[in-house]
Amino acid sequence: MTQLMNENGIRCDGRSIDQIRNVSIKVGVLKNADGSAYIEFGKNKILAGVFGPRDVHPKHMADQDSGILRCRYHMSPFSVTERKNPAPSRREIEISKVIKEALQPAVILKDFPRTVVDVFIEILQADGGSRCAALDAASVALVDAGIPMRDMVSACAAGKVADKIVLDVNDEEDKEGQADMPVAYMPNLGKITLMQLDGILTPNEYKKCLETAIGGCKQVYEIQKKALMEKYFKNGEA
Amino acid sequence: MTSSVIIEQLKREKILDLLNQGKRIDGRGLHDQRPLSIEIGVIPKANGSARVKLGYTEVITGVKIQPDKPFPDLGDKGILICTAEILPLADPKAEPGPPGEEVIELARVVDRGIRETEMLDLKQLVLIKDKSVIGIFVDSSVLNTDGNLFDACSYAAVGAILSCTVPKYEIKNDAPVLVEGVTSKPPTKTIPVSVTMARIGEYIIVDPTADEEACMNARITITTNSDGNICALQKGGSDGFTVEQLFKCSEIALSVGTKIRKQLEQLM
Repeated sequence: MTQLMNENGIRCDGRSIDQIRNVSIKVGVLKNADGSAYIEFGKNKILAGVFGPRDVHPKHMADQDSGILRCRYHMSPFSVTERKNPAPSRREIEISKVIKEALQPAVILKDFPRTVVDVFIEILQADGGSRCAALDAASVALVDAGIPMRDMVSACAAGKVADKIVLDVNDEEDKEGQADMPVAYMPNLGKITLMQLDGILTPNEYKKCLETAIGGCKQVYEIQKKALMEKYFKNGEA
Repeated sequence: MTSSVIIEQLKREKILDLLNQGKRIDGRGLHDQRPLSIEIGVIPKANGSARVKLGYTEVITGVKIQPDKPFPDLGDKGILICTAEILPLADPKAEPGPPGEEVIELARVVDRGIRETEMLDLKQLVLIKDKSVIGIFVDSSVLNTDGNLFDACSYAAVGAILSCTVPKYEIKNDAPVLVEGVTSKPPTKTIPVSVTMARIGEYIIVDPTADEEACMNARITITTNSDGNICALQKGGSDGFTVEQLFKCSEIALSVGTKIRKQLEQLM
């Protein structure tokens, strides 16, 4: 078992307990998609593409009063150490659902009845926290596609490692740590739109963990904004 | 608009109207659960079983225990697998066929609650390290739906595990052989209790019915263990929660959970 934290509180990848991994986001990376983004979050490499609003197939899924949102989180077979079967696993289906429900509060689809907005997420390489990183990219891709939104959705996990609450759990910490809590947050509305937990926390640790994760979401939000500014306001237009 | 759409809308307005007066459509308080009955030993051919009624939501869970190969990366632990299914007889809208995302989420949330609280000491279920272990298969079938399938399936699964007897296996010529007539209690360490809450407007209500789920903004399931810790969590629904609401939900989950845990403890 690898040592997850040394006596100075430095984690196995050299970070302090309140530090997120390196995050970089690039907007508009796919030509055919209406909106797209590429994110590197630690060792995660993730593409998100948004299509729509467009006609719904199958037709019975259409809502007469509003557009609908669909989401697919998929891991490439080569994204993990052991080859992953390309068919969607139960884990991927569940994550697709919670990501969709995390984005739904932000998007405004009332003006596009009988249409769908499809969000496709491809995990090219997975590290810990891929669902949060995927959400960060998907949210930026939705903005890039010009979908009306109430707020950005920014996601980051916190967890418990070596008896301490830490920000942004990596792969080793996720596998051998004590708890992992992915959180998605709308920074301007102050609403949590995704929250899960694996692991044991006391009520006080639970509160601290949630607050720590929200702190991470706010840091990610700044990076998301910067990435969008780079595409849309590059020449100094405001 | 079809008549059923109009009825749904009227129901929704009534539910919201009542909540504004601090009441619920079935007369419960906001943080009250529906009556819960847990009957164990209902399927003698299973190693453990339980039938749960939570209001009109009804679930039956059977536990089967048999030798199996361990997961490749977990050779020092027995296997635990929890599944859930909404039977086609449970709901006019349910259809036979591969499970949809809702059913997959249901099964995974029930599994997570039992796994992450470390209810079972899986290290005690190893016959030969890396080669042969005891597998505990916990299969839940929803018989009738009226909201909050998460808690109903979770209580049935926990009840079935608590009431199960583990058959004894011996290793002969490198293969596990059943020892007739010898059983033991399952290696349980704690009792997980899941509490599901819905947010409708600004109100947090415990144990939503199907009608209440139809008009909820968001949902959260929190599983606690016997020591009062929070061990598993799942947010659902198409809106969010504020931090204060989530803090309140954890307190409700702990206090409601304590009552349910007492009821589950009596099954042991």
